[in-house]
Amino acid sequence: MNSTNSRIAVAITVNGTAHELQVPARQTLAECVREELGLTGTHLGCEHGVCGACTVLVDGQAARSCLVLTVQADGATIETVESLANDDTLHAVQQAMVDNHGFQCAFCAPGFLMTIKALIDNQAVLTKATLREELSGNLCRCTGYASILAGAEAVLGLTGESNA
Amino acid sequence: MKMRGFEYHRAATLDDALATLSEFGDDAKVLAGGQSLVPMMAMRLSSPAHLVDTGKLTTHDTITETDGMIAIGMRVTHAALEQSALIATAVPLAHAAAPHIGHRAIRNRGTVCGSIAHADPAAELPAVAVSLNAQLVVRSTRGERIVNAADFFHGYLTTALEPDELLTEVRFPKRGAIAGASVHEVSRRNGDFALVGVAVHLEFAKPSTKKGAAVIANAGIGLFGLGGIPIAAVEAQSLLVGNPTSDDLFAAAADAVMRNIDPMPDNHATAQYRRHVAGVLTRRALADATNQALAAS
Repeated sequence: MNSTNSRIAVAITVNGTAHELQVPARQTLAECVREELGLTGTHLGCEHGVCGACTVLVDGQAARSCLVLTVQADGATIETVESLANDDTLHAVQQAMVDNHGFQCAFCAPGFLMTIKALIDNQAVLTKATLREELSGNLCRCTGYASILAGAEAVLGLTGESNA
Repeated sequence: MKMRGFEYHRAATLDDALATLSEFGDDAKVLAGGQSLVPMMAMRLSSPAHLVDTGKLTTHDTITETDGMIAIGMRVTHAALEQSALIATAVPLAHAAAPHIGHRAIRNRGTVCGSIAHADPAAELPAVAVSLNAQLVVRSTRGERIVNAADFFHGYLTTALEPDELLTEVRFPKRGAIAGASVHEVSRRNGDFALVGVAVHLEFAKPSTKKGAAVIANAGIGLFGLGGIPIAAVEAQSLLVGNPTSDDLFAAAADAVMRNIDPMPDNHATAQYRRHVAGVLTRRALADATNQALAAS
């Protein structure tokens, strides 16, 4: 038996649905949601933890799904970008991005949206300056950061204050 | 690139993890938070045959105080360190360092012990460990030993850990009554590894009745991004201890830092730039740590 090709049992809940999977040890959580579960909303940019495009929530906390092995997520609850909209009703963070023309090509959008959702869910206490730090782990190659920040500030209620 | 295949071992207990490490030795790597190891595997800079996942050892996720030391278990994440009230009051240098580590999503997964065992010379926590003389608790099937931080870092990504050993806990000394800490670093982008970083912990003697500058009783200065290992600025530390704070004293300490380092040039910064910035950041961190200590006392 070539043990490196063996599959490992993993139980994970993704967007409210429980899954029992048999996965290769080297499979990343990003590959799992995209390829095993068909949830291709999670995007893979750099695949080594630099760009933030693949950010999902693991037990409510933002994580880079390219830096989490599926086997490490055994027992965890995962939220991907597909969990945001409720049928045709956009999540507040999505609507704020639409309203503020947040994204250009939107390849980075899933990562930004889930990073901001974690800030909302965890009731992060932020200023405009610390919001920039919180979003600094997500890269936008269109470089449209101003409009992304505008959308994030809108949904987080930071529009009124100064830039300090 | 996809990482190479490997055999996966999910440790159910600490003994289980140690037995697996003992069996496979050099062919095995410990998977803690995976925020350094997984990217190295994704780039095939590392291709271990066996991974020992400590993720289920959740009883080791505590931060506790024992005998004047603050013990951080191997499952404590950077985020938990950052948010710990005990760390904020008892180990101000670790508290100051935490927000500098990667980004939030990295801090949510990466562990304190994992970062120290990985021993990246540009990382914050190894420098915190050497500046505070941390004790590193190391376990194997052969037993337990405690390694002082000064003896732990042997070279780039290389430590005193034997192939069958696991870093199970880091112990930081609890701060003195009048203490302050500061971490300053320069990096290309927010969250990147530091081109140059300085971690300073200062403790002061109880103020005397007469007016005058506070006297430094204890000083720890850890440098990162300036060599193959995190560096304790020993000469600068001894210059400081026993003396009242002054701009001249801090300038002398910064000169000692600059004299004693031999930074490497790379695409991002020349050796000369790194040496210069190390001096600037040392002065800033000394001033900030002093202000923090005296404002609170």
